[in-house]
Amino acid sequence: MSTISTEPVRPGRASLLYDPKIRGYVYQLALLAVVGFLIYSAASNAIENLRAQKIASGFGFWHNASGFDVNQKLIPYDASTGTYGRAFWVGLLNTLLVAAIGIVLSTFLGFFVGVARLSTNWVVAKIAMVYVEVIRNLPLLLQLFFWYNAVLKPLPNPRQSIQLPAGALLNNRGLYIPDPHLGPGGSLIVWAFLFGIVATLIFRHWAHKQQAATGKQYPIGLVALGLIVLLPLAVYFVTGRPVSFVYPELAGFNLRGGIQIFPEFVALLLGLTTYTAGFIAEVVRAGILAVSKGQTEAANALGLRAGPTLKLVVIPQAMRVIIPPLTSNYLNLTKNSSLAVAIGYPDLVQVFTGTVLNQTGQAVEVVAITMAVYLTISLVTSLFMNIYNRRMALVER
Amino acid sequence: MTDATTELAPYAFVRKETLEQQAAPLSVAGPLAWVRNNLFSGPVNTLLTLLCVYIVVVSVPELVRFYFIDAVWTGANRDACLAEKVGRPVGACWAYVGDRLQYFIYGSYPISERWRVNIVFALFAIGVVWMLWNQAPKKKLGLFYFFVLMPIAAYVLLLGGAGAERLLRNGLIVSLVLAAIYAVLSFVPQLVGSYLGAANLAVVREASPLKRFSGPKQLVLFALVVFVLLGLLASSIGLPRVDTGLWGGMTVTFLIAAVGIVFSLPFGILLALGRRSKLPIIQLLSVIFIEFVRGVPLITVLFMANTMLPLFVPQEWSPDRLLRPLVGVAMFAAAYMAEVIRGGLQAMPKGQYEGAMSLGLGYWSMMRLIILPQALRIVIPGIVNTFIGLFKDTTLVTIVGIFDFLRTIEATLVDPTWATPTTRATGYAFAAIFYFLCCWGMSRYSISVEKRLAAGQKR
Repeated sequence: MSTISTEPVRPGRASLLYDPKIRGYVYQLALLAVVGFLIYSAASNAIENLRAQKIASGFGFWHNASGFDVNQKLIPYDASTGTYGRAFWVGLLNTLLVAAIGIVLSTFLGFFVGVARLSTNWVVAKIAMVYVEVIRNLPLLLQLFFWYNAVLKPLPNPRQSIQLPAGALLNNRGLYIPDPHLGPGGSLIVWAFLFGIVATLIFRHWAHKQQAATGKQYPIGLVALGLIVLLPLAVYFVTGRPVSFVYPELAGFNLRGGIQIFPEFVALLLGLTTYTAGFIAEVVRAGILAVSKGQTEAANALGLRAGPTLKLVVIPQAMRVIIPPLTSNYLNLTKNSSLAVAIGYPDLVQVFTGTVLNQTGQAVEVVAITMAVYLTISLVTSLFMNIYNRRMALVER
Repeated sequence: MTDATTELAPYAFVRKETLEQQAAPLSVAGPLAWVRNNLFSGPVNTLLTLLCVYIVVVSVPELVRFYFIDAVWTGANRDACLAEKVGRPVGACWAYVGDRLQYFIYGSYPISERWRVNIVFALFAIGVVWMLWNQAPKKKLGLFYFFVLMPIAAYVLLLGGAGAERLLRNGLIVSLVLAAIYAVLSFVPQLVGSYLGAANLAVVREASPLKRFSGPKQLVLFALVVFVLLGLLASSIGLPRVDTGLWGGMTVTFLIAAVGIVFSLPFGILLALGRRSKLPIIQLLSVIFIEFVRGVPLITVLFMANTMLPLFVPQEWSPDRLLRPLVGVAMFAAAYMAEVIRGGLQAMPKGQYEGAMSLGLGYWSMMRLIILPQALRIVIPGIVNTFIGLFKDTTLVTIVGIFDFLRTIEATLVDPTWATPTTRATGYAFAAIFYFLCCWGMSRYSISVEKRLAAGQKR
C-alpha cells in the first residue's frame, strides 16, 4: 500500500479578483468615491448657485433683526427687537409645548381606547374600533384641516362667545380662560403643591418598600390626594385666599383679559392627540393581547376583580411589549407637530423653515438647523425611552 | 325480591322515557343573557353602555340627515345648496362634488388630453392587481412591468412632448435590438446542429428555438409590445407636452404614491442589505442615511428637496417643481422600507444563509434566490403598512405647493361658485371617503396576507 499523505491540502492561491476581502475593500472604496463625488459636486454647485443668486452663507443671519411678529410666544419676543435666533427659540418652544401636552393627552386617550377595544361590553368595543379605524385611515393633514377650518373657524365671533364653565369663553379667536393672579403669599400655594408632589413620590417609594418587606399595604391614593390637593387648598384658605382671577371681558370687538389660547394651537393639539391616540390604542391592544390568558385566569383564581387584574397583572406585563412602539409613536407625534405649518401654528417649521427661510433665503443653513433639532429630539427621546425600557424589561436569570 | 320491592312501593315513580331536552334558562343563554352579560353586567358597564348608546343615538341620525336626507344631489352652482334659495334645511352639497369631480381627478390637466391620464390609471391598476393578486400568472413579468415598463409608459403618456418621444424611440430601439440578438442566438444551436449533425449537440433536442427564445427573453418581447403600442398611440394621436404645473388632483396623489412605491422597494432593499452588510463603510453609510431620514419629519425633507435640491445641481438642470417633492418622498419612503425589510432579513433563520453558502452561492445569488424571496414574503404586511403611511403622507406635498387631491379640495372651497355654509363639510367628507377607502382597502389586504402567511402555523 502506498502511504497516504497526511499533509493538509493547501488550497491553490485564488486570484485576487475572487478574494472576498479584497472585493470588500474595492466595493467600499467605490462607494466612498461615489458618495464623495456626489457631496463634492453638490457643495461646489451650491457655492456657485448661491454666489449667482447673491445669497449670503454662514450663520451670520442669526443675530439679524427679524421684523416679523409671532402670535404665540413663551419667551418675550416682538417684531421691533426680535432677531432670527430669538424667533428660532420661540418656534422651538412652541413645538415642544404642543408635543409635550399632546404626548400626555394622547397617552391617556390611547390607553383608554385600547382597553375599551378589548372591553367585554360590545357597544364600547365597537365604538372604540370605529374610532381607531377611522382615525388611522385618514391623513393627519385632513384631520387638522377639519379641526381648524370646519370646527374652530365657524365658531361665533367674540361678541357671541360661547360661555363655558368657570368663566371661560370660546369663540373663533380661540379659547379664553381666566388668568390667575397671585396676591401676597400666593406663591406659598405653589410651593405647597410642589411639596405635595415630592412628598407623595417619597411616600410611595417608602410604601412600596414596606409592602415588599412586610406585606403591609398603605393607602397611597388617599395620601396623594391629601398631599397634592388638600394641602394646597388648606394653604389657600390659611393665607387668606390670595388668588384672584382676571376674567376675559368684551372690550370693543375683542376680548380683553384672561389667557388666550389660540385656535391654531387648539386645532393642532386636538388633531395630534386624537390621531396619535388611535395608534397608541392599537399598540396597547397588541400589548394586552400579548399577555397570555393564563395570567388573567390565575389572577381571577386568586380572587382579583377585573380592575386590579388589569392594573396589577396584565398592564405591567403588557408594558414590556408596549413601550418600544409607544416610543416611536411619541416621536411620530413630535415630528407630526411640524404639520402646524399648514394651519399657521407658529411652531419651529412655520416660524423658522417658513418665515425665516423666506426672508433670508439661506435654505441650507435653515433646513440643516431644523433637521438637527428634530434629530436631537428623536435621539434624546429614544435614549430616555431605552433607559426606561431597560428598567421595565423582564429580569431573567 | 325485585318484584316484591316494586309491589311494596306502589307509589314509586319510575320514568320510562327520556325527557325532551329543555332550553337553557334565559339567564345564561339567549340574546337576553348576552345583553345582560355584555352590556349591563354591572353599574359601571351599564353606565358606559347607556353613554355610548346616547352618543350613537345623538350623532348617527344627525349625520345621516346631514349627508343623505337633507343633502342636495344635483345643481349647477351655489344656489342649489343655499337654504334660503331652496326653501328647506340643506345638508351636504354633493352637487358641488359632482360639479368639480373632474377637477378633483385631473387637476388642471387639459381636457382634450385627459384620456392619457385614464390610460395611465388603467396601466397602474393592471400593475397593482398583477402584484397583489396571489394567483396572478407570470409574477416575474409583473415585477418587470410594475418597476420598469409602467413608470416609463406613465412618464411618456403624462408628460408627452419631444423628451417623452425621444425616450419612447430609444426604448423601442433598445428592445428591438435585444429581441433581434436573442432571436438570432436562440436559432444558432439549430443552425450549428444542422451543419454538424444534430447528434453532436444535445441542446438542440432539448428545446425548440421558440421555447428557448421565450423564458427570460419574454421581458424584452413584452417591453417591445408595450413600446410599439405606445408609439402607435403617440404617432397617430400625438402627445403634446403637458407641463407638470397643470397636473393635479388624484392623478398627482396616485403619482406620488406610485413613485414612492416604485423607488422605495428597490432602494429599501439595497439599504437594508447595506445595513446588514459586514463591510463597515457600507454599513455606516446605510445606517446614517436611514436614521437621519427617519429622525426628521417628512415636511423638512420636502422643504429640503424644494429649496436645497435646486442649489445642489447645476443651474441648467434645475429640477421641475413636481420632481423635487417626488425625490423627497422617494428618499423618505426608502428609509422606512429599509427598516421593514431589515426585519424580514433578521427573521430568516441562520440555516438559510448557511444552506445557501454551502451550495456555493455567492452573496448576490444567495440574496436573490434564497433570502430575499422568503424575507420579502414575510414582511408583506409591514410593506403594505408602510404604503398606507406613504399614501397618507402624500397630502403633505400640499405644503410645498403641489396640487394634490387634498389641495384641489381646499382650492375649490375658496371658489365663490360653490361658497355655501355646507360646502366645506361636504368637501372634507368626500376627501375622507377617498382616503379611507384607499387606506382601509390596503389594510384589509395586509390582514388577509397576514392570515395566509400564518396558515402554516395553525393546527
